[in-house]
Amino acid sequence: MYDFDIDVIERSFAYLFRDGMSFSLQLTGLAMIGGLLFGTTLALLRLSNVRVLRLIAGGYVNLMRSLPLVLVIFWFYFLVPYVGAWLTGSGQPLKVGAFASALITFTLFEAAYYCEIIRAGIQSVPSGQVSAAHALGLTYAQTMSLVVLPQALRNMAPVLLTQTIILFQDTSLVYVISSTDFLGAASKVANRDHRLVEMYTFAALVYFLICFTGSLYVRRLQARLLVIR
Amino acid sequence: MIEFLGVSKWYGDVKVLDNCTLRVGQGEVVVVCGPSGSGKSTLIKCANGLEPFQQGSVSFNGISVGAKSTNLPQLRAQIGMVFQHFELFPHLSVLENLTLAQRKVLQRSESEASEKAKKLLGRVGLLEHSKKFPAQLSGGQQQRVAIARALSMDPRAMLFDEPTSALDPEMVHEVLDVMVNLASEGMTMIVVTHEMGFAKRVSNRVVFMDQGSIIEDRPTSQFFDSPSSTRAVEFLSRILRD
Repeated sequence: MYDFDIDVIERSFAYLFRDGMSFSLQLTGLAMIGGLLFGTTLALLRLSNVRVLRLIAGGYVNLMRSLPLVLVIFWFYFLVPYVGAWLTGSGQPLKVGAFASALITFTLFEAAYYCEIIRAGIQSVPSGQVSAAHALGLTYAQTMSLVVLPQALRNMAPVLLTQTIILFQDTSLVYVISSTDFLGAASKVANRDHRLVEMYTFAALVYFLICFTGSLYVRRLQARLLVIR
Repeated sequence: MIEFLGVSKWYGDVKVLDNCTLRVGQGEVVVVCGPSGSGKSTLIKCANGLEPFQQGSVSFNGISVGAKSTNLPQLRAQIGMVFQHFELFPHLSVLENLTLAQRKVLQRSESEASEKAKKLLGRVGLLEHSKKFPAQLSGGQQQRVAIARALSMDPRAMLFDEPTSALDPEMVHEVLDVMVNLASEGMTMIVVTHEMGFAKRVSNRVVFMDQGSIIEDRPTSQFFDSPSSTRAVEFLSRILRD
């Protein structure tokens, strides 16, 4: 019979959460904000009247959605220092921390997924709303920011949140660039103390609790939105 | 005031407006009627540039609507429009629906805009609903809010695109009453509608359209007493039967 050592969790609790989980949550939160901003921009470009803009944004989204996330994480980790050096005109590769590199990667990667959700959201707003806003004298930018996007984001809030829960799970992939997120911290403790089963079970439980609570909330939100509409 | 000169429009190969000429003077109320698909809505949407057209010209107070140099948002702010499906902004309260464009387009202050909004909501009898959201109102109430929203911009003319055809019959009157009131105050109005009672009561002229062309454009009493085209006669007999 395997001898469980629950004590290892208690001993490493502070490290797991103060270092690991805060990294995971910060990365998720910031990448969500950045991804939403960039994703919205991409969505507007994809719906633009200008063909070139449509093609560029479409190409970007299709590229990102066709690559494995791990590959993109690696790619940016090695690429960003050189791009940074080129942008700043420095001869040396720029020193970019693992967190910054991961944040840039997740923002750019998630933006492609958020873009498609927001694009569907914009298209779900009836064209009469645009006509009404235009008839009142609102410009294209005002119509988008004050009338269309608020409705698009509200309609798509459950899907956007679901995507963010997936993003939270995906942040664990930063282990490939040796960053210590929650799973990374758990893994380090597991190896140090030879308590693999305990630590991985505990990590799974924590991820399950957070993500399942999140998806319960998404379901309630969906029900509420149905009432509003 | 509003002038359509030889306006034609195509959707691909389909000609939806065929050489339409119509002049509407200050204070006039013109009703546009005709079978569905005859181009009535498309025509009035050319007046504020919601629909582009390929030939002819449309001008509002001498300003060309189609010209590239025209500041379209500024022009549209002077022309109120009411839609068949109300098109209130569902994410904003009734009051915010009325203040949004006042603040963003006319740069009115928050308090000035909401004072104006409350005055107009009072006028259409909906002041007590100002904090509600559009979905909480009946169709007739929503359409009255939509009229108040258009009026909040102090428009110099109003366009109505079948304002009562999406309403339950018992709600048609509350909306028509507001429009009758507006007409009696001298508002310039172009109204696309099948409400012939309204046309008889308040309009100066009736325009009859069919297949994208203006078939008749005559003073109201003449139009109803002795329509000159067989198509108008057929249309009237069909619509007045029920």
